[in-house]
Amino acid sequence: MTAFLLQYLPIVIFLGVAVAIGLVFMVGALVVAPSAPDAEKLSAYECGFPAFEDSRMKFDVRFYLVSILFIIFDLEVAFLFPWAVTLMKMPHGAQIFAFTSMMVFLADLTLGYVYVWKKGALEWE
Amino acid sequence: MDPTLTPIGWFLWTLLYVLIVLMGVMISLAFLLWGDRKVWAGVQMRKGPNVVGPFGLFQSFADFIKFFVKEVIIPSSADKFVFLLAPLISFTLAFGAWAVIPFAPGWVVSNINVGVLYLFAISSLGVYGIIMGGWASNSKYPFLGALRSAAQMVSYEVSIGFVIITVILLAGTMNLTGIVEAQNGGIWHWNFLGGGGLKNLPLVVIMVPMTVIFFISFLAETNRPPFDLPEAESELVAGYQVEYSSTPYLLFMIGEYANIVLMCALINLLFLGGWHAPWPEGFTAGWPDLARNFYFLLIFIIKIVFMFFMVAMAKAIVPRYRYDQLMRLGWKVFLPISLVSVVVVAAWRVFVTGAV
Repeated sequence: MTAFLLQYLPIVIFLGVAVAIGLVFMVGALVVAPSAPDAEKLSAYECGFPAFEDSRMKFDVRFYLVSILFIIFDLEVAFLFPWAVTLMKMPHGAQIFAFTSMMVFLADLTLGYVYVWKKGALEWE
Repeated sequence: MDPTLTPIGWFLWTLLYVLIVLMGVMISLAFLLWGDRKVWAGVQMRKGPNVVGPFGLFQSFADFIKFFVKEVIIPSSADKFVFLLAPLISFTLAFGAWAVIPFAPGWVVSNINVGVLYLFAISSLGVYGIIMGGWASNSKYPFLGALRSAAQMVSYEVSIGFVIITVILLAGTMNLTGIVEAQNGGIWHWNFLGGGGLKNLPLVVIMVPMTVIFFISFLAETNRPPFDLPEAESELVAGYQVEYSSTPYLLFMIGEYANIVLMCALINLLFLGGWHAPWPEGFTAGWPDLARNFYFLLIFIIKIVFMFFMVAMAKAIVPRYRYDQLMRLGWKVFLPISLVSVVVVAAWRVFVTGAV
C-alpha cells in the first residue's frame, strides 16, 4: 500500500513546484513592476462608462443544462475506464458476459441521449 | 549505497527530476510560441517576430521580461483573492499534467498505472481556473467568456473520453508507457491504424476518424482557433482574460500553451506511437540505454513539434466556428460517432481478436 501511494508522491512534488513557480512569477511582478493605480485604471473594462448593473447577471439556462449533461456523460466515461482495461484480461466466456452487460448499460445511455436530443436540449439558437 | 534510497536522497532526486521536466517544458514552450507566431505570420505573408536574436528566436524571452515589468492591475470591483488564485490554478494544472507524461522508456516523473485517468481528471479541473477568473473579474466580457469557455470545454471533454476508451480497449492498460510499448514495432502497430500489427487492420476505418476527432476535440478543449470563442476578440475582446495584466495574464497564457503542447504529446502517445519511429527499431537494441533513450526522446520531440505545427496551421488557415455550430459538432456529431466506435472496437476485441 505504501509503495503504491509512494508512486503518487512525485506528482505532489511536481504540483508543489508548479505552484511555487507560479507564485514566484506573481509576487515577482508585484515587487518589481511599478504600481500607480488610479480609479479609472482599476475600473472594470467596459465600453467607456460604468456598467448599469452587476456583471454577475442572469445567463442562459443552456449553460447549466450543458454542465448537467456533461456530468452524466462524463460519469459514463469514468465507468467505462476500468471496464476497458479489464475486458482483455479475462477468459472468453467472462468477456462475452462483460461485453453484453456493458452494451445493455450503453443502450440505456443511448436511450437517454436520444431523449435529450428529441427534447431539444442540444439545440443552440 | 544508492543515494536515492534514503528519503532525503530520494526527495532531492525527484525534485531535480521535476525541475528538469518543468524547465524543459517551459523553455520549449518559449520556442514553440515563437514557432506558432512564425507559422501564423508565414501564412499571412508577414515576417513575424524577427528582431530579438537570430530569426527572432528569443522573442518569447523578451516578452517574458516585459510581462514582469508591467503593472499588476487588480480591478477594484474584483474579488481579489479568487482573481489572483485563478491564473495560479490554470498554470499549476496545466503543468501538473506533465507529471505522468513519459518522454522515453522509464523517463517519467511518476509512472502511475492510471496515467490516462489522471490526465482526464486534470484536464477536467482546468475549467475551474477559467470559471474563477471570469467570475472574479466582475466584468461582463470575462463573465460571458468564462461561461462560453466552460460549456465548450466540458462538451468536448465527453467525446475525448470516449475516444480514449477505444485506445484503452486496444492497449489493455491505462499506463501511458504501457500504451506506447503496445505500439512498438513500426507504423503498422500504431493505434491510429488499429494497433497490434496487421491483425487489427480493419479497425483503421474506426481509429483514423478517432484520431481526427481527438485532434479537433483537443483544439476545442484548449480554446484554440478555430474554436477560440471564449476569447473571440471581435465579440468578447479577450474573454476571461480581459481584466488580467502582467504576470497573472502570463500564467494564463503559459498554462494555455502548456495544455496545447500536452495534448500534442498525448495524441502522439495514444495514437501515433509515442516515442517510436515509423520504422522497426531493432537496430537500437545494442545501444547503451542512455543513447537509446535520447534517440527515443528525439523522435518524440519531432512528433510533438509536428503536431504543434498542425495546430498552428489550423489557427492560421481555418475561420472561427459559430457557437451553435460548435455545440452541434460536439454533442450531435462527435459524441454519437465516438460512442458507436467504442461499441465496435469492444466487439472487435471480444469476438474477433479475443477468441483465441
